[in-house]
Amino acid sequence: MFGQLRRACRSSWATFPSSFHPRRELCFYATQILEDGVDKAAKSFTRNAKTMDLLLAQLRQHIDKVIEGGGPDAVKRNRDRNKLLPRARIDCLLDPGSSFLELSQLAGHELYQESLPSGGIITGIGPVHGRLCMFVANDPTVKGGTYYPVTVKKHLRAQEIAAQCSLPCVYLVDSGGANLPRQADVFPDKDNFGRIFYNQAQMSADGIPQIALVLGSCTAGGAYIPAMADESVIVKGNGTIFLAGPPLVKAATGEEVSAEDLGGATVHCKVSGVSDHFAVDEMHGLSIGRSIIKNLHMAGKQGEVNDSPCPLSNYEDPLYDVNELRYIASTDQKQSFDIRSVIARIVDGSEFNEFKRLYGTTLVTGFARIFGQPVGIIGNNGILFTESALKGAHFIELCAQRNIPLIFLQNITGFMVGSRSEASGIAKAGAKMVMAVSCAKVPKVTIIVGGSFGAGNYGMCGRAYGPNFLFLWPSARISVMGGAQAAEVLAQIEKKNKKLQGLKWSVEEEERFKNAVVEAYEREGNPYYSTARLWDDGILDPADSRKVLGLCLAASAIPIPADTKYGVFRM
Amino acid sequence: MASVASPLLRRNPKIWLPSNYLFSFNQKLFLSATPEIQRRSIDKILIANRGEIACRVMRTAKRLGMRTVAIFSDADKGSLHAKSADEALHIGPPAARLSYLNASAIIQAAIKTGAQAIHPGYGFLSESAEFAELCENAGLIFIGPPASAIRDMGDKSASKRIMGAAGVPLVPGYHGDQQEVDLLKAEADKIGYPVMIKPTHGGGGKGMRIVQSEDEFIESLLGAQREAAASFGVNTVLVEKYISRPRHIEVQVFGDKLGSVIHLNERDCSVQRRHQKIIEEAPAPNITDKFRSELGEAAVSAAKAVNYYNAGTVEFIVDTLTDQFYFMEMNTRLQVEHPVTEMIVGQDLVEWQIRVANGEPLPLIQSEVPLNGHAFEARIYAENVPKGFLPAAGFLHHYNPFPCSPTVRVETGVEVGDSVSVHYDPMIAKLVVWGQTRNAALVKLRDCLSDFQVAGVPTNINFLQRLSSHEAFEKGQVETHFIEHFKGDLLLDASALVEEEAYQAAKLGATLVAACICKMEQIKSKEAYDGKDKLLHLWYAYPPFRVNHSPRRAMELEWQSEITDLGPKHLKLVVTYETDGNYCVKTEDSDNKSPGVKVSVLHLGHLDFRVSLDGLSTSVSLALYSKDGSKHMHIWHNQQHHHFMQSVRSVQSIEEGSQHKQSFDKSHTVPQGTVVAPMAGLVVKVLVSDGSRVEHGQPVLVMEAMKMEA
Repeated sequence: MFGQLRRACRSSWATFPSSFHPRRELCFYATQILEDGVDKAAKSFTRNAKTMDLLLAQLRQHIDKVIEGGGPDAVKRNRDRNKLLPRARIDCLLDPGSSFLELSQLAGHELYQESLPSGGIITGIGPVHGRLCMFVANDPTVKGGTYYPVTVKKHLRAQEIAAQCSLPCVYLVDSGGANLPRQADVFPDKDNFGRIFYNQAQMSADGIPQIALVLGSCTAGGAYIPAMADESVIVKGNGTIFLAGPPLVKAATGEEVSAEDLGGATVHCKVSGVSDHFAVDEMHGLSIGRSIIKNLHMAGKQGEVNDSPCPLSNYEDPLYDVNELRYIASTDQKQSFDIRSVIARIVDGSEFNEFKRLYGTTLVTGFARIFGQPVGIIGNNGILFTESALKGAHFIELCAQRNIPLIFLQNITGFMVGSRSEASGIAKAGAKMVMAVSCAKVPKVTIIVGGSFGAGNYGMCGRAYGPNFLFLWPSARISVMGGAQAAEVLAQIEKKNKKLQGLKWSVEEEERFKNAVVEAYEREGNPYYSTARLWDDGILDPADSRKVLGLCLAASAIPIPADTKYGVFRM
Repeated sequence: MASVASPLLRRNPKIWLPSNYLFSFNQKLFLSATPEIQRRSIDKILIANRGEIACRVMRTAKRLGMRTVAIFSDADKGSLHAKSADEALHIGPPAARLSYLNASAIIQAAIKTGAQAIHPGYGFLSESAEFAELCENAGLIFIGPPASAIRDMGDKSASKRIMGAAGVPLVPGYHGDQQEVDLLKAEADKIGYPVMIKPTHGGGGKGMRIVQSEDEFIESLLGAQREAAASFGVNTVLVEKYISRPRHIEVQVFGDKLGSVIHLNERDCSVQRRHQKIIEEAPAPNITDKFRSELGEAAVSAAKAVNYYNAGTVEFIVDTLTDQFYFMEMNTRLQVEHPVTEMIVGQDLVEWQIRVANGEPLPLIQSEVPLNGHAFEARIYAENVPKGFLPAAGFLHHYNPFPCSPTVRVETGVEVGDSVSVHYDPMIAKLVVWGQTRNAALVKLRDCLSDFQVAGVPTNINFLQRLSSHEAFEKGQVETHFIEHFKGDLLLDASALVEEEAYQAAKLGATLVAACICKMEQIKSKEAYDGKDKLLHLWYAYPPFRVNHSPRRAMELEWQSEITDLGPKHLKLVVTYETDGNYCVKTEDSDNKSPGVKVSVLHLGHLDFRVSLDGLSTSVSLALYSKDGSKHMHIWHNQQHHHFMQSVRSVQSIEEGSQHKQSFDKSHTVPQGTVVAPMAGLVVKVLVSDGSRVEHGQPVLVMEAMKMEA
């Protein structure tokens, strides 16, 4: 056919006027279209079609079967616990109407005595908020979601692809851990269970986000999937994370405890900090999962924008009046206010995806956008405890990993003092936060909206920590500690000295001494004292905070993002 | 149709024609003799009103080349009427008393902006003789009747006296002081039965008796007197002709300052709810030309009796059994329903008002007044029909009225994103249609109503549809008790059959909504990521891909019935994306073996779709918005409208430890002891204080919703 066509062309050339330029025809050859080449009338074609249709029907049959999961009873039990099947869970995470490339649907097919639909785990790739993710979802209806050798293999293969393609990993965890009868084929070798966590660590180090949604049990080894994740969600009632379940605990220690109390959502979100987001039910958990992926921001890492438009060109104003910022903070430092009311008036659409809301509650951390630019916000809601500092360090790491600029809203009297606090290692917890702040190579902007006292100033990115910009509100105060506290400390020392010298110190004298200190602190802690000495970049009308933050972020966005490296974290 | 000004005027709006110039008023040349014009002709008008009527007046004023000034309250900042005017002046806080009723502030506004005339619209100050006088005293033209006429007609008993003297028929009755049984009986006999006995004091129906025949009279009278004495301490009564099947017919009259008065035919406004008109028409159905001209003559005499000029309406009560008509009252303003008259006489009444105010004579004489075809007006209100037509308020999330044409007018003062506020009348729009015959107009009306899209606030559109489709209405058997009379047909009760039928229709609606939403989401995703990055758009190709199976999508919707007051109903749908691009939609209760409904959807743009189902292809429009923590979806298809909700939980509202409620009942349950307002309105009085004990049924507070009857 091809030859015929060429001949036809050639022969027709002869009839063209001589002015015709043959080069045009050469172009035609360059984009030659393949011919059909199939004889649809041929017997073999019909025969092939018939056979293939049969094969396809067979394939569909197999698929239809595995899609149903681990059998009607298990599926019903699953539904009764308000849980979806793994594919439905993934559908809820995916962008509406988008495609999903499922992998190895028939893994485990006739591999074991018992049937193991899809190998007990669903893996595949699909987009969430315009970002392709690798999904790894245990099927709890198949042998309780336990890992058979082929389950491990499928999980590892998914991670391998994710690492090769730089796809964020979303683990939908609902698994009893390694399948104990087959432990020898699951546990010890290089490409066995342990490799899952190794891969998580490696990918996280390479800046590939690792997200875990704990929708069911995560027992034993399984517990490390959320624990190793950058960010994790746990569903109240259904989700549990523990190294050993209640029966093993009872056997080992005699302690009798319910699964929920042992490793439920409340424990892990409020006390242990193993999980970051508390979900009231599965749908809530999945929606948090979507918003986590929305807030992943890998723009810097690959040197290009590969996720949802960033910054967004169409953003919303805050829902609340920015002018009210003027009246939220009190000039009396002792009066507290919820920093979220400030955040609500600074960020786009007053939308704030809070990170670890229930843990270390005196520090508020979360993701938001300002004029479309993604930001991580850290604000104070009281004195810093060990947990608050750890949370702060974790959050700064996340933002540095994802190249998200940090906004610090300081209203901090310092770290918690006292023997209990010291024993809990508050100094090293604070040090972690200070380390994270110091090393994070992302733009940072600090606004002191209230007090800025002591080491709190450091952990919250004070002047010494090189924020790109630092501003004060007129109500701000900045000093090593509050005037009254300083007066008390200094008076105690003075009293001791006087006593040693055998001098008497009258109450009036002491009062005068204290007043002088308070006065000095008041004078030196005043925003005008600060700004006159260039400890900051200016005093702001609180109502202009959002505007100024936007301008600062724009000004800071120019250099190419750098990789963050940390020193040694004292554990 | 509304009259068209001369082409010269339209091309050169700045040129004000000398008043003795030939001026074209709908093809008719009319000579203006123009007597004593002391002031400059009007070239700037302040409209002392809001909403649709303000917009309506401005439209004519602008066409006449006049500049317009709007006034607005805090609640109307940025509203359509304020935006439409050449200049808009803030007049005060939302309460009408402090803004649209603040006469001195309005006059100051006119002086400040240099307007020579004030158009009062309807409602507010339109029938205030004091305001008309204040205007004249301030050297401003009040576009309306003389203050004296407003005053005469404003007093009910005085107006009846004047009308009686002028020979306008009044409802026969005895209003005298003498109360002897025999005398009253004789009067009743003279009036003719049935008669009504009413106490002269008090009200609320107490002591009222309807007497059907002569022999019942004495017994009823004694009963009425006893009851009146017990209730009001006075037992004097009056006797009036009882009109058992009344119609409300009114005549549009117009007078000029030169003393001519004509009428522009009548309107029938019988169909009312809560004593308010909702559908008006012109001309009145089923009346003879003779009756029409008698009515007209009576109306003109009525107007002449008070030296009337400008627009006015004389209302009559018509006894459908005897075809007698009696004077009720005169409204000394332009009425809400004036467009139906404009449609059948082809004139712009606002233009007439302005010209008359300018001292010009009427453009037509009585014999030249045409009567072309038939017109309806349906008032579209934000109101809760199942809750007894209680007014509603809220945000207009979606507003897409029927497009205007030479035969369809939509008079509105709102647009998408506006609020229907509790401070003023909750009327959203007036839909005015014209047809060659009454039937033609009615077909048009029904069609327009079925595609009049409002979402965000409950409306009476569905009710108007049922009303206009009612057999008796179609036959023109209108009367004041129409809605009361056909309540069973119009206000559907929640009978199982009706509910089931509505539920089935809603299920079909939900099926289409589900398919359209799947289509739209996919288009949205594709648009959002198309061309953004590498081959990302491939993941949003249609239909979505799954390896070796078809993707499915479960959707749960709450259906809110518009006609009954029952709570929402839950609908579960599963949409399967088929490889051929169609959707297979299954509703929960359809048994598993049934194949579901196959729907194909073509997106026409924005929220408009063409859907095919069972080989039938129809157009569909959606409205989507969020409100009170729910996603709302409306669908208009095939003359039907359905409203669905999907609850959205806010993360903020979910706190650890707080009792998690089933997401759907959140918006429908309230804590015990909560007082739930039946309507949107203002609390005008709280009758109990904190800590006081209340009994069951004891009033605790008084609410008021602004209503404006015109």
